Amino acid sequence: MGQITLQGVQKSFGPVHIIKGADLEIADGSFVVFVGPSGCGKTTLLRLIAGLEDVTGGSILIDGKNVVDTPPAKRGLSMVFQSYALYPHMSVRGNIGFGLKMAGLRKDEINRKVEAAAATLNLTPYLERKPRELSGGQRQRVAIGRAIVREPKAFLFDEPLSNLDAALRVQMRIEVTRLQKQLGTTAIYVTHDQVEAMTMADKIVVLNGGKIEQYGSPLELYERPANLFVAGFIGSPKMNLVTGDSAAQKGAATIGVRPEHLKIDRDGTGGWQGTIAVAEHLGSDTFLYVDAGPLGMLTARYIGELSLHAGDRVSLVPDPARIHRFDASGNALRN
Amino acid sequence: MARKSTTQRVVVSTIGAWFFGFLIFFPILWMVLASFKTELEAFAIPPSFLFFHWTTENYATVQERSDYLLHAMNSIIIAGGSTLIALLIAIPAAWSMAFSPTKRTKDILLWMLSTKMMPPVGVLVPIYLIYKTFGLLDSRIGLVFILCLGNLPIVIWMLFTYFKEIPRDILEAARMDGATIGRELVYVLTPMAIPGLASTLLLNLILAWNEAFWTLNLSTSNAAPLTTFIASYSSPEGLFWAKLSAASTLAIAPILVLGWFSQKQLVRGLTFGAVK
Repeated sequence: MGQITLQGVQKSFGPVHIIKGADLEIADGSFVVFVGPSGCGKTTLLRLIAGLEDVTGGSILIDGKNVVDTPPAKRGLSMVFQSYALYPHMSVRGNIGFGLKMAGLRKDEINRKVEAAAATLNLTPYLERKPRELSGGQRQRVAIGRAIVREPKAFLFDEPLSNLDAALRVQMRIEVTRLQKQLGTTAIYVTHDQVEAMTMADKIVVLNGGKIEQYGSPLELYERPANLFVAGFIGSPKMNLVTGDSAAQKGAATIGVRPEHLKIDRDGTGGWQGTIAVAEHLGSDTFLYVDAGPLGMLTARYIGELSLHAGDRVSLVPDPARIHRFDASGNALRN
Repeated sequence: MARKSTTQRVVVSTIGAWFFGFLIFFPILWMVLASFKTELEAFAIPPSFLFFHWTTENYATVQERSDYLLHAMNSIIIAGGSTLIALLIAIPAAWSMAFSPTKRTKDILLWMLSTKMMPPVGVLVPIYLIYKTFGLLDSRIGLVFILCLGNLPIVIWMLFTYFKEIPRDILEAARMDGATIGRELVYVLTPMAIPGLASTLLLNLILAWNEAFWTLNLSTSNAAPLTTFIASYSSPEGLFWAKLSAASTLAIAPILVLGWFSQKQLVRGLTFGAVK
């Protein structure tokens, strides 16, 4: 079991409020991603759950039990750090088995569990090596091995893939997701990379300025962002946000249209007119960055190749069913 | 072409390095050679380099005239004792400053360092009087105490930089893994800090061994370490170069041997933190 509940969790460092009251319900076995810009408090929130920081207010329940006064080791959680934080003087075997040794398990039992974890993570040939003799990806796997071997109630991941190169990151992303599904253990994963968030999560928590902006499934966040911040943060390239007359016509202070919901019309006169500033041809997609005068820069995405180039005039027509409306304070207006 | 010029450069820099190495080492070599000469040959102009009448009589005289073993024992006790006590005080101090710093930590560190900038002679009179009052003059305990205090700032600074290098994440990982503070210390921190502790210990040992100001001023015979023993050979009736050299060779021999075997740790200690 690994159900985690946050009730009004607050954290201040002196006069600075990092977490301004977080309420959250994380179901057992789910994969929850904390995402947000740097400094939004996502790592702090994770460390509060881990017990590496003390809360200033509120409570954290793990399987219904308040753990705010419980030391990290007794919370039954394990953590994978951004820097891997492997013990440099211990072999891979020693690293993975350290938690079990601390728990007072017998040596043969530790070995059996360590070997099983190593087999799951393809680390068996490296068991006797020191961390410095491993590549970045292997080190990351050792860190994950150290987390899974203790059979915790939940895994806490603190930007674990950010030190890996792009290709390895994609591979590890898939491996981590698969492993979590296979083990069925609750996971909380912190990242600033919204692609990681969208691809890995069952549910995403979007944090900004120490507040939870929205909590929901990736598609919920994509399709029904609760406010301007979430609308702008989730989705790549970013949602186009337009104010002024176009918005007023729809009865909103701001309207948002995702780049993929703008129809690109070569010689049309309807919609939003503009000149292409930059055209990116990826083969699978074409991204157009269009200077639309008073509306600012708009981004449009076309699936496939579209032979338009910088300097061409285009008109962009938003899909009326896919327009997001926001009021003056930035909250979404539902129809 | 590139390869040739590289080889040339390597040869030139190797010769240069050996030359400067030899230049720096020469006084020590000269001293060792002089210790095997007669007093007359030690003075002779032009000096003889290797072809002289080799004799060990200076060593015999030195041992006869003053008890080398007593002074060596004093040096070991004073250098070793002051180093161990300094480490015992410095480890927790550096530990707390490295792992739970406050906003005053930096000021405290700078203040400690600033005490090393004060010339010791400035406090000689008060310390001498204090030692006299408490009967600490010419006592080993008195020298252990003063050398420990003198080197404490350096020891704390060195250990602080070492502990600072230990990533916090690793300690937190150990905590997540269920290690108590005690076990964290035994299984994680100590093994990671050992190289740092070893080089701090060695460097401090050498500093304390070579310390001459306080040992000369606060000891005469009973507690006199090797520094005082050497100084006793610059007597009013004239310098006896050969005997002085023999005494000096005997005085530096232990620390030279120690330094030779631990140069790896020493270099690491002195350059630690300079490069990642």
